[in-house]
Amino acid sequence: MIPLHWYLWLGSVVFCIGMAGFLMRRNIIIMFLSIELMLNGVNINLVALSHYMQDLRGQVLTLMVIAVAAAEAAVGLAIVIALFRNRPTVHVDEITEMKG
Amino acid sequence: MVEFLFGYFSVVIVIVSVLVVTSRNPVHSVLWMLLLFFHIAGVYLLLNAEFLAATQVIVYAGAILVLFLFTIMLLDLREEIRLGPFTGGWPAALAIALAVLITVVAGIWGLKPAYIGPWGIKEIQTETHTKALGKVLFTEYLVPFEIASVVLLVAIVGAVVLAKKKLKT
Repeated sequence: MIPLHWYLWLGSVVFCIGMAGFLMRRNIIIMFLSIELMLNGVNINLVALSHYMQDLRGQVLTLMVIAVAAAEAAVGLAIVIALFRNRPTVHVDEITEMKG
Repeated sequence: MVEFLFGYFSVVIVIVSVLVVTSRNPVHSVLWMLLLFFHIAGVYLLLNAEFLAATQVIVYAGAILVLFLFTIMLLDLREEIRLGPFTGGWPAALAIALAVLITVVAGIWGLKPAYIGPWGIKEIQTETHTKALGKVLFTEYLVPFEIASVVLLVAIVGAVVLAKKKLKT
């Protein structure tokens, strides 16, 4: 029997790697991939807690997270395409039109 | 056996997530992400969540990653790969992420789950997992389920509106 803490630590490590990727990378597509990574870390934690606390609510919440992740990927990538049509770059540090 | 499987899955998950955020080529990142999603599905199987493991493979690996690959191939990124992959402030970003990691790990150290719910392994075995999950989802969480469907509808319409060419009027 694996302790609950190991699963929670695994989920936290995945979350923090995703967070580091989101803050470090300049390519906007990899930033979206990092968000997916963070959501997956949270999902591991939710499923682990759901199993060890013997309640299915965590897994229901995981389904909601997966639905929101799909919606976020669709809208985010549409924004990337619209952005690339106006300015051919995916580097976030070159997109400075809204700077005052 | 379960310990060995968990060790294998977690080592692969951590290594592959680091490769996802450090790969220079976005296509390589997406392909590492595919490997990552299959191993996360394996972790779900260890936690007796078969339905979620299947959903993970179908939705994430089957739909979301294909969307990412399509977008990367629609954009011409050959110029982008030659530039450095990290922004100038990456050491500060790494320090912030490490600080969050240390805080969360230390917080988990003293965690003890107190509440024990009604869905133990025995109950799920007699009911079967998908049926049990459906019962909870469609009775107790029916309203959030409907809201999720509205969120998906808004995302579909929003993606079409954002990505289509402006029509000349």
